[in-house]
Amino acid sequence: MRTGQAERLDAGWVLQPGQPVLEVRDLSVCYRTKRGDVLAVDNVSFDLARSEFLGIVGESGCGKSTLLFGIAQLLTPPAEITGGSVRFEGANLVDLSDSQLATIRWKKLSVVMQSAMNALNPVKTIGAQFTDAMRAHGVSARQEIAERSAEVLRMVGIDPQHLRSYPHQLSGGMRQRSMIAMALLFTPDLVIMDEPTSALDVVAQRSLMVQIKELQQQLGFAIIFVTHDMSLVSHFSDRLMVMYAGQVAELGPTRRVFDAPLHPYSIGLMDAFPSIRGPKVPLTGIPGSPPDLARPPEGCRFAPRCPMVTDQCRQRPVELVSIEDVQVRCLLAGNGVVRGD
Amino acid sequence: MTDLSEVAAQPLLRTEGLTKHFRIGGGLHRQTLHAVDDVSLEIGDREIVALAGESGSGKSTIARLLARIYQPTSGEIYFQGKPLSGVRSRPDELRYRSDVPMVFQDPFGSINPVFRVSHGVLRSLKLHRPELSADERTAEARRVFDIVGLSPAAEVLNRYPYELSGGQRQRVGFAQALAMRPKLILADEPVSMLDVSIRIGLLNLMKQLRDEQGVSILYITHDIASARYVADRLIVMYAGQLAEAGPIEDVLAAPRHPYTQLLLSAVPDPKAELTLGAADRGEPPRVINPTPGCRFRFRCPLAIAECNEQTPKLLELSPGHDAACLVAQSGAEVKAF
Amino acid sequence: MAMPSIYEAAATEGLLPGAPQPGKVPSAGQAFGRIWKSIRSNKKALAGAVLLAIFTLLAIFPWAIARDNPSAEIYKASLGPSTAHLFGTTSYGQDLFAQAVWGTRETLIIAVVSGVLSTFLSVIMGLAAGYLGGAWDSVLNFITDVLLVVPTFPLLIIIVAYLPRVGVPGLILVLVVTGYSYGARQLRAQTLSVRSRDYLEAARVRGERRFYVILVEIIPSMTSLIVATFLGTAVYNVLAAAGLQFLGFGDPSSVSWGTMLYWAQNNEALQTDQYLWAIVPGALIGLLGAAFALTNYAFDEISNPALARVPLSRARRLNPVLNPIYRRLSANRSS
Repeated sequence: MRTGQAERLDAGWVLQPGQPVLEVRDLSVCYRTKRGDVLAVDNVSFDLARSEFLGIVGESGCGKSTLLFGIAQLLTPPAEITGGSVRFEGANLVDLSDSQLATIRWKKLSVVMQSAMNALNPVKTIGAQFTDAMRAHGVSARQEIAERSAEVLRMVGIDPQHLRSYPHQLSGGMRQRSMIAMALLFTPDLVIMDEPTSALDVVAQRSLMVQIKELQQQLGFAIIFVTHDMSLVSHFSDRLMVMYAGQVAELGPTRRVFDAPLHPYSIGLMDAFPSIRGPKVPLTGIPGSPPDLARPPEGCRFAPRCPMVTDQCRQRPVELVSIEDVQVRCLLAGNGVVRGD
Repeated sequence: MTDLSEVAAQPLLRTEGLTKHFRIGGGLHRQTLHAVDDVSLEIGDREIVALAGESGSGKSTIARLLARIYQPTSGEIYFQGKPLSGVRSRPDELRYRSDVPMVFQDPFGSINPVFRVSHGVLRSLKLHRPELSADERTAEARRVFDIVGLSPAAEVLNRYPYELSGGQRQRVGFAQALAMRPKLILADEPVSMLDVSIRIGLLNLMKQLRDEQGVSILYITHDIASARYVADRLIVMYAGQLAEAGPIEDVLAAPRHPYTQLLLSAVPDPKAELTLGAADRGEPPRVINPTPGCRFRFRCPLAIAECNEQTPKLLELSPGHDAACLVAQSGAEVKAF
Repeated sequence: MAMPSIYEAAATEGLLPGAPQPGKVPSAGQAFGRIWKSIRSNKKALAGAVLLAIFTLLAIFPWAIARDNPSAEIYKASLGPSTAHLFGTTSYGQDLFAQAVWGTRETLIIAVVSGVLSTFLSVIMGLAAGYLGGAWDSVLNFITDVLLVVPTFPLLIIIVAYLPRVGVPGLILVLVVTGYSYGARQLRAQTLSVRSRDYLEAARVRGERRFYVILVEIIPSMTSLIVATFLGTAVYNVLAAAGLQFLGFGDPSSVSWGTMLYWAQNNEALQTDQYLWAIVPGALIGLLGAAFALTNYAFDEISNPALARVPLSRARRLNPVLNPIYRRLSANRSS
């Protein structure tokens, strides 16, 4: 259900019912460095249905941000897509030219960056930046721009008078909300968010997450939400993807992955969050560091840190297997051996 | 020669009415930023005290006041019973600095990238334990590196910071502090910039330092869950003032201050059900030229008329558990968030 | 009773992996090798280094290249170039080639000494002002700013005009005092940006005195900027010194490229078809300036003296130039 006055501004592609809004197949992204090629994203595949909320979690260096930029076609040299496809509403974004991409950018697919203070122009008012965005995508009528700008701000809970404010006059929470409002100017089908809450305090974070979920339910867009803090998305995402060393370690319905993680890395991550309720238990975290992606290990990439590692794990790379509705990249998971608490 | 019984009765560190104001703006727009107002807290021997609060709460300023990076605007800090304002000579200052070192937040900025990681430890030893010979210093450096888990110590000591991971660098920070044989380590958000899976290792190290080395730690954080994991007591700050203080399990089980309740309700806990409750948006508090009265009243659903006029002070509401809320102090049940 | 996680189980059995990987520790030899390699790979650096090496050799061993006494007025005047006199002779019968070669020494001395002293002064004034702040900053910065704003060359002329015949030392002094301000400004700005880094605060908290922090903690991280300042100042000073000598300040009886120009001008060399007399010193001045400038560009490219975070492994490549000094400053005496 679309509400609001801005109708679909481009009728180039039409989403069929039942068709996933995004199909990523075997996407690989490589950084060409002097030390050699670093495969930051290694054959990632997933589907995203309409209005689905996918959370991608992983720690620094796992490739989640690179994956995001790869999907949005925002990679700059030395990073480049070396394989795979990104089908957005049927069209492969990797093959599109810049001008073709421009027709879907912001109108069908928008991006919310990590730090609003870096993404917003500090010398322009919020309203001016909204105007820029709308003009860049073909809307020039001042009346329409003004009405739509006020409307999206109200949607995120900001008084439209702040269209006249500069970014530094707003609090961190309000800046992030205006970024989200800007992303919703054309009611896109997919919004990609790269750690939009990491610069905020916990109360503002909670408030923003709730707001994002409400907007999603109201407007029906799909979300890819990248974060290093999986407890943040635990209540909001439909599916959860855990990334490690550029690969998908586990992918499945959120509650399944939380309640019964299959990959030893996921298990370790779940256990790395101390709880404020319930009994106090000693935790161990995951010692060691992620592998150097310029020289990844021969077999399973998690083997050097895995407490359940066997010889077989070190011999050859591990493929993703499906166990019920969860995909997991672990030789031991299939046998029901690995079981977290 | 101090009377030992007198020393034992004193808490390790005590502040009384500690206040820090900053002048901001210039010329006609002179304003005062009340970073810390009238904070009286205590830290005992062999305990980890968590100082929790959000941005603008003043927790980092407290750390810097205790580390003598800032001078207090008013109020006093007593270390082992003696006021810090009396610490003037170089030997006295060095002694305090070795008793109360600080570990910083940013693993990538807190070590000088030009020198090997041994540099900081060895300098600390040179400054604070001059009686050691060069060989003894190296041996001591190896000893503290082993304690913090950087093994093999001799080899790690010769590395440069860029060769270590974030977690390892933070351990170097703790090693530098340990080398001075401290009584109290000020840890300013030591794990917030580390990956989640690494944090536990550092938190466990802090517990180990308390248990095995007998060191107290002031753990400054915005993450209540990690505070619960390591700390014995919790102090919650809001807008430069203390909101609540007490044994951590007591405070978490029965928070008396509405702000503490708000904070706890906002902590994401995957194992708990989602409570969409608060419409509170997390707007930062006003600490520039604040008016008298409780600084949380603008966001507090339980605010009464007195909250506008009287600034609440910490009052003991149950054994060891203090809260600075007029409503709670009046005996009423506080269920704000 | 909750089942222990697989991590705890592994921990109790002592099976947890994750020991730190042995890192490569560069030795002094490796460090110098690396800086030679980076110079070699960068064409500009190589050209600049080669030129500087040639000039240095000329300055140290002029007698090996030019047999004649540069001041001796023993030859036939105003000869053109020939095998006996590569560049010909002056109106006074002096061998131009000898003058050019022997003149290298004085010019290079002026450039290097004034460059070093000027950089030294820039570092002190800039770093102290930036780090100490407050009253120190106001006073030191005020002095620097005044000297920055005053046009240097006219100031030089006025100063030198009022001093008795200054020789090389006087020239150097004047150049240093008037020329340090630009570098001081840059270093102050860089210091201000570095000042709030945690490791400096950490040094203060562990009890270091402020001057120690400036000397040992800040300066090493600014080596590339300091080197760049030196090279830039050297270029400027070569030109300024030559210019002053050309105008007749400095000691006209000494042998340097600037005085060659002075005498060439006095004897109307260009009008009397003695082109080489004017061109040779001018070209040499240009070449020396270019040598410093090329090396300067190269340092900019090899390292990143800007405020952005330095790719640390690359910073290590440059710092090894001064590593022996750091090692003495650093508390770690082993290796």
